[in-house]
Amino acid sequence: MEPEASVVEVNLESNLANVERAEEAARTVAANMGFDEEGEFHVEMAVHEAVINAIHHGNKEDPSKQVHIRFLVFEDRLEIHVRDEGQGFDPANVPDPLASENILSDSGRGIFLVRKFMDEFRVEKSPAGGTDVIMVKHLTTRFQSNQGGTGREHEGNSASG
Amino acid sequence: MSMKAIVRQVDSVTVVDVSGRITLGEACKELRDVIRGELGKGHKSLLLNLADVTYIDSSGIGELVSAFTAVSNQGGQLKLLNLTKKVHDLLQITKLYTVFDVRDDEADAIGSFKSA
Repeated sequence: MEPEASVVEVNLESNLANVERAEEAARTVAANMGFDEEGEFHVEMAVHEAVINAIHHGNKEDPSKQVHIRFLVFEDRLEIHVRDEGQGFDPANVPDPLASENILSDSGRGIFLVRKFMDEFRVEKSPAGGTDVIMVKHLTTRFQSNQGGTGREHEGNSASG
Repeated sequence: MSMKAIVRQVDSVTVVDVSGRITLGEACKELRDVIRGELGKGHKSLLLNLADVTYIDSSGIGELVSAFTAVSNQGGQLKLLNLTKKVHDLLQITKLYTVFDVRDDEADAIGSFKSA
């Protein structure tokens, strides 16, 4: 049975000025877990984009609504939930920013970057109300990207430990 | 750190030294105002020096695209100078690196406008 995750929670009012607090928390959690600098940046950027999305699109910058961020720290991965109190969105309806007709669009790259930087991404309707964006990044990608051929050894060690 | 944009003129080229964070909200609006302001003055050769940009998000990238389009639509040129690794990587990922004319030497960049 998998050990229980350590949990870090951050709740923010829907004000864009608060986004940096979420980024700081993301950076700290990722660094403490042992992600390398690039991994930390990817986690930080994914949280930034998800929180901006929650504040701006989800909660429509309504100060009475909050954004709830939960960092679930597992031995081999970081799972992040960003929940707003809005009406939600369907990621399938987000246009592909790499399509030739969208390449010069001035918006629509946030979710794309989250997908690029994280290993898993999904959107769920939260039982508590609002939309829950769930993102996962595995620690093993650190070894794969940094150490090339030795990555398998580390993955093996990680899986058995 | 919020965004700062300092405008200077080098020959016929308007150089905008951007520093800090280009993110959704005031920073994007300020950058937009600076670019539109320069276009309004008839300055159509614009070089954005991004050397001291510490952070850019998807909205900031969108603002660069918007600036590029606005300048191009006026018959001008907008080029980027001194990308940090993070900005460089983000432009690569979003396939915008080849859309922009990206330079890493200011004198070379200034000269490239003259020959255009």
